[in-house]
Amino acid sequence: MMPDLITADFVDLDLRAADRHEAVRSLATRLAADGRVTDLDGFLADARDREEQMPTGIEGGIGIPHARSSHVTLPTLAFGRCAEGVDFGAADGPADLVFLIAAPAGGHAEHLDILASLARRLVHASFRQALRQAMDAQAVVDLINKEVGGR
Amino acid sequence: MRIVAVTACPTGIAHTYMAAEALEQAAADAGHQIVVETQGSAGAVKLTAAQIAAADAVIFAADTEIQDRERFAAKPIVIAPVKRAINNPRELISRAAEAAGPEGAAEHVTEGARGDETVGGEGDDGTVGARGAAVGGPAPGAPSEGAKVHPATRLRHWLMTGVSYMIPFVAAGGILIALAFMIGGAEVAVKVDGGTWQGQTYPEVTDLSELVDRAGYAGVLFKIGTTAFSMLVPILSGFIAYAIADRPGLVPGVVSGLLAVAIGAGFLGGLAGGLLAGAVVTALQRIRLPRAAAGVMTVVGIPLVSTLVMGLLMIIVIGEPIAAAQRGLTDWLDGLSGTNAILLGALLGLMMAFDMGGPVNKVAYTFGVAGLASGDLEVMAAVMAAGMVPPLALALATVVRRALFTDSERKAGEAAWLLGASFITEGAIPFAAADPLRVIPSIMAGSAVTGALSMAVDATSRAPHGGLWVIGLIGSPVLYLAAIAAGVVVGAACVLVAKHFGQPLPEAAPVRPGTGGR
Repeated sequence: MMPDLITADFVDLDLRAADRHEAVRSLATRLAADGRVTDLDGFLADARDREEQMPTGIEGGIGIPHARSSHVTLPTLAFGRCAEGVDFGAADGPADLVFLIAAPAGGHAEHLDILASLARRLVHASFRQALRQAMDAQAVVDLINKEVGGR
Repeated sequence: MRIVAVTACPTGIAHTYMAAEALEQAAADAGHQIVVETQGSAGAVKLTAAQIAAADAVIFAADTEIQDRERFAAKPIVIAPVKRAINNPRELISRAAEAAGPEGAAEHVTEGARGDETVGGEGDDGTVGARGAAVGGPAPGAPSEGAKVHPATRLRHWLMTGVSYMIPFVAAGGILIALAFMIGGAEVAVKVDGGTWQGQTYPEVTDLSELVDRAGYAGVLFKIGTTAFSMLVPILSGFIAYAIADRPGLVPGVVSGLLAVAIGAGFLGGLAGGLLAGAVVTALQRIRLPRAAAGVMTVVGIPLVSTLVMGLLMIIVIGEPIAAAQRGLTDWLDGLSGTNAILLGALLGLMMAFDMGGPVNKVAYTFGVAGLASGDLEVMAAVMAAGMVPPLALALATVVRRALFTDSERKAGEAAWLLGASFITEGAIPFAAADPLRVIPSIMAGSAVTGALSMAVDATSRAPHGGLWVIGLIGSPVLYLAAIAAGVVVGAACVLVAKHFGQPLPEAAPVRPGTGGR
């Protein structure tokens, strides 16, 4: 069985960050603590590289910092909810839902498929709404597993 | 409508798939079928040749290079950054519907509910991806090798692309010119472009700041309209070349069109120039160069060489024969003066309708204006009447048998009433460019009838422009109108018959399941 894309440890429903780099660092730290990110600074540099090519914010209050990085062991999602919002460069303002996607550099297609279907779910307003209303970290994990992993 | 799309982003793990999902949703909401190729890290399920062939339009939502984009060369393509597809997928879908224009927009496929979709993995290149089946009902089932597109279909697609970009110029420019004649009378053209009108000579307005004073607001409308018209052939040829060779085709195509106008080759010259420009670029792209030189070739080499080749071709190879042919035709017409007037009228009608503003039309028109100057008002009347027939005949045809025309042709038909009534023969060009072999002979027949009848009833015109808006300057106006009506009916009937019996070949357009296997 494949390891979970997300666990309750990777969810922060009260994310506080002055800017997007701080938000990414905060979420990535959780992944590093679990060993899914082996080199925090190396991963952050990769994510920043991607962010600088083109901001990852999209309309509807979403930021999706992400990177394929050799410092990542498993495809992983960290999720942060940020009441004040963090600017991810979307035209309509700051993001209150932040999804940090970490993908291993040489990942197998089946792992990356999970991330692909996660990305597809993000487009759905109902999915975002459910994430905004989730009561606790486990609820977020269950929701994502149900929608993305099909279990 | 059937759409195929490709999404791609730098990392290939997030935006690529979000864009795909957003486009699939928006397409399903709008009742279209879409198949999306996600060029991301999860491995793309490639669009099959059959899916591409069946598509009416293509969307590229990408921030990186599209892989194998030459697969889509002959299709109308909408290009946008990947985030546009996520933030505003509906806009892209409607732009695709616009780009597809004629055939696509007319056909809304609504059957097939959105099923559960699974992502990636399934299917290989030979079969249809599971995603296509999930999103839009029956997917094209033909195997990829069965999707060879008929050459006539591709040719028609190229022509239609050029025509669909040209039509707004015809409509906007033509209606402005018509308004100018309605407000300012026939003399507005002379006041703006210079010439003699009823004994008074006007110089051309070269400094536009004097335009209002010297030609009034009707003159301003005329100038705006003729400016839009001046782009008609360049847009046609530019976008024909664009349809063939993608963006690199645009420069040589537009320049060929501008030169076609400059050498007096008209829309047929532009049409040929656009096709040739597309072929030249395609040929240049085939040349294999060392990697270092390849980059320079794309940025500088192809635009430079293709434009140079096309320019030389238009000016040196095509320009002189056209001028010589015009001189020959003019001499021949001059020699015919005094022979049978009715035959002369029919001949002038044939010439007016042949290329609508091109070299042959110009010879006939100039012959009419020369007659006007020497006091022969009947030739001018025949020329003007014959020149009004093509747009009117096609407008009538689109009303009588709508099904034989594409959506954009029907819209062009609405404007063509006004354009024809204003003696703006160019109103028929969209129809002629899209289907020259059927349309041009038909309208020539109609114009010949009108030209002959106008001479037969001894109608006269003291105006070289203006159409029905200068009816006060026409002698025997009632019979004149009857002559026009007769030609319009004949022209429309010929077009309908030609299109009705000649249909199968060009209308096989995109290869679809059920029709594509033949």
